[in-house]
Amino acid sequence: MQSTLFHRAAVGLTSLMISGMTFASDWTERSNLDLRPGVTAVSQEIQDLHTTVLWIVTVIGLLVFGLIVFSMIRHRRAKNPNPATFHEHVLLEVLWTVIPFVILIAMAVPATRVLVKLDDTAESELTVKVTGYRWKWSYEYLTYEDDNDIGVSFFSNLATPPEQYNNPVLAGGLFPYGTAKDRVGQEAPEKDHNYQLEVDKKLVIPSGQKVRFLVTSDDVIHSFWVPDFGGKKDAIPGFVNETWALVPEGKEGTYYGQCAELCGKNHAFMPIAVEVVTQAEFRDWIAEEKEKAASGPDLTPFSGLDQAMEEGQQVYASACALCHGANGEGGIGLPFAGTDFATKSEHLNEHIDVLVNGRAAMPAFKAQLTPRQIAAVVTYERNAFGNDTGDLIQPADVNDHE
Amino acid sequence: MSTAAATHDDHHDHHHAPTGLKRWLFSTNHKDIGTLYLWFSFAMFLVGGFMAMVIRAELLEPGMQFVDPEFFNQMTTVHGLVMVFGAVMPATVGLANWMIPLMIGAPDMALPRMNNWSFWILPFAFGILIFAVLMSAFGAGNPSAPNFGWTFYAPLSTKYGPASTDLFILSVHMMGISSIMGAINVVVTVFNMRAPGMTLMKMPLFVWTWLITAFLLIAVIPVLAGAVTMMLTDRHFGTSFFDAAGGGDPVLFQHVFWFFGHPEVYIMILPSFGIVSAIIPAFARKPLFGYASMVYATASIALLSFVVWAHHMFTVGMPLAGTLFFMYMTMLISVPTGVKVFNWVATMWRGSLTFELPMKWAIAFVILFTCGGLSGLMLAITPVDFQYHDTYFVVAHFHYVLVTGAIFSIFAAAYYWLPKWSGVMPSKLLGELHFWNSLISANLLFFPMHFVGLAGMPRRYADYALQFADYNFWISIGGFWFGLSQVIFLIVAIRCAMKKGEPAPAKPWDGAEGLEWEVPSPAPFHTFDTPPVIK
Repeated sequence: MQSTLFHRAAVGLTSLMISGMTFASDWTERSNLDLRPGVTAVSQEIQDLHTTVLWIVTVIGLLVFGLIVFSMIRHRRAKNPNPATFHEHVLLEVLWTVIPFVILIAMAVPATRVLVKLDDTAESELTVKVTGYRWKWSYEYLTYEDDNDIGVSFFSNLATPPEQYNNPVLAGGLFPYGTAKDRVGQEAPEKDHNYQLEVDKKLVIPSGQKVRFLVTSDDVIHSFWVPDFGGKKDAIPGFVNETWALVPEGKEGTYYGQCAELCGKNHAFMPIAVEVVTQAEFRDWIAEEKEKAASGPDLTPFSGLDQAMEEGQQVYASACALCHGANGEGGIGLPFAGTDFATKSEHLNEHIDVLVNGRAAMPAFKAQLTPRQIAAVVTYERNAFGNDTGDLIQPADVNDHE
Repeated sequence: MSTAAATHDDHHDHHHAPTGLKRWLFSTNHKDIGTLYLWFSFAMFLVGGFMAMVIRAELLEPGMQFVDPEFFNQMTTVHGLVMVFGAVMPATVGLANWMIPLMIGAPDMALPRMNNWSFWILPFAFGILIFAVLMSAFGAGNPSAPNFGWTFYAPLSTKYGPASTDLFILSVHMMGISSIMGAINVVVTVFNMRAPGMTLMKMPLFVWTWLITAFLLIAVIPVLAGAVTMMLTDRHFGTSFFDAAGGGDPVLFQHVFWFFGHPEVYIMILPSFGIVSAIIPAFARKPLFGYASMVYATASIALLSFVVWAHHMFTVGMPLAGTLFFMYMTMLISVPTGVKVFNWVATMWRGSLTFELPMKWAIAFVILFTCGGLSGLMLAITPVDFQYHDTYFVVAHFHYVLVTGAIFSIFAAAYYWLPKWSGVMPSKLLGELHFWNSLISANLLFFPMHFVGLAGMPRRYADYALQFADYNFWISIGGFWFGLSQVIFLIVAIRCAMKKGEPAPAKPWDGAEGLEWEVPSPAPFHTFDTPPVIK
């Protein structure tokens, strides 16, 4: 621990000194100091405005603080034993009311201009509906150019494995509870470069075309924010907010963002990753996705328990572990390990039903997971964590479930 | 005159003043109630500070090391509530209780029994809130304490709120009742109990700022009470004020909350303006510059504070015209605030300055509050706010105005008036240690938050991406340092309470002005039974 602290201190100091000088092209570059210019025209205008305002307030601040420091030195009692007695000066008072007002107008004009520009969501070529869920995002492609019936939608979950962030140093009481208890004191695995930012399926958009995002939520308020696109928009249940981005050609790449409105336990665990590709690549991608969506669910049976368990484990880690615990011990959600629900055969049908249709706080997963994934994860939950029921659920069993 | 009154008071004291527990429980004396408020607020400051230490320990390094994200959210929530409603507000009410009667030459507050009640509600209100946290930490099954942020946005706090949300609602109602009673007391006292000759425009600025604060409280606390009542009926009686599925509107919650919340910001800072306007002239040995413009600036800040609330909500998707209105109004509020800062600088200008402890805190207040004010101006620029909103930049901004603003000024007030309250001078050595440690650590704690916020770290995050790690480490170190530094003040205050230290004269600061310095130190139990004469 001590060497880590020392190391961190050294790295911190160095980066503090150099960070002002280097421009970080990648959001994940450590120790960024200033607002990012981003990649869109709007985000760059915002950054320019930020820089202007920052300079104005810095100058005002230094002026005021300079006067205070000057007065502290020159007007201290040792230097100036007889205080002046003035307590009014009309001209001065008028000036320091009027001049700030003029400065404010000078700032309000460009601010208004950028704001008006940001507000214009018209003439977009791609429309994507972004829905916030606790704690993941879903993306539904609504229209692209002349195509009004895309029918492609998917969920996007955090891909950073829990082992990388659950690193408890203490045991007992509330420190920690749930998922991390049995990892107390274990060495933390090294964190990925895109720690807490990587997702299992990225939002894909084309460069050089205006993309309109319709932002809403299924439960509580979230906020959709990719810093490099400039600005955030709240995802509010019952509302559809609009925002847009136009990433210029030549700026293809992956851009990351995070949820920016407190949405409960895993607020910090629902990143956004946007992959910007060329228009040609995007057309190929969307065609492929459409084909997948049109061909209906994959109902090929599992070859055996092992195959289902393997697939189920992956689904469990991304979709279930946050609430039900990495080892099925429960948390926000109910436990699985050794419970009647996950081991007794009379609950099997109910188990599938809860996943497909949801129950109370448990959301319905039929829109988020394929029948194959649901079958795999139910199989996993009934055979992992020492449950060993031997139940094997096939995709068709789930597909037939109402 | 004042000595004669004091002798009489001592005599009076002998016969009627209760002692022991009864003295504090049944007290109707403005000084005792003021003392209770001040000790209570300091206790809450330490409790809320402990929660901040939990938050900073978790954020020391990336990864979840100490607490669960769920408990982390409970910590950020209750830290905010305890600091706003338990530390800053009661501290300023305590100062009002102690100082307003002394400053206007009144024998006591106008409504002494209500004064007792408005204090004694508070320990129970916070008892309820902290009970929820203790249950979460130690109760079987760890039932969640309030975990929706101090702003408790619906539907996170309504449909998705934990069972303890009802405890929170009850607790907020009780705090609100206490605040309203305290505010009514101030208004009635100021309008009815001023010594003959003490016209409104002769009142010390602290009395003026508190009078305006009291009006703000009376205007907006009922709005907060409305918001939590609507939450309660949404949760239990089938209404849908904030539930879109039932025809309600989650954004309505934010409008109602911030209509309270923005004036609330000024409720916390206006008394500080009054404190600093008392201290700077005393140590510059020069009258306050622009007294009248200070009064008008305070009043215009208070009025403007009612028409800027939606600047907390620029990202909810308001129409362009609404956004522009709130942007312009918010920018406008910096004009009267600037006037105040310029007035303080002009008060110092060509004075005969010395830097005793109260003056050190007051100058630190002016500089650091101005930093917070300038970042506030940046936040007002809406297009840029779209980037700043809900990041650590905002956290930096409001901690600059609340910690190095409001709380620094409360420390300034404590060092300034402790001789009057306790009869002894606070320890110089400990006071210097407290000041310098707090000043340096607070900046180490809050300044890098600007950077990490600009770099893009959202607030209320239990864990963060690796690019934010370096700043967070230093912020946490600053946090622990600042937290420990406050223990020094605990020692200073206990020493004063135990009368350890140099005895204080009636007027320990040679440049100080005001009626409070005409009574002996410590101020006798009853003062100004006969009104003083105002020249």
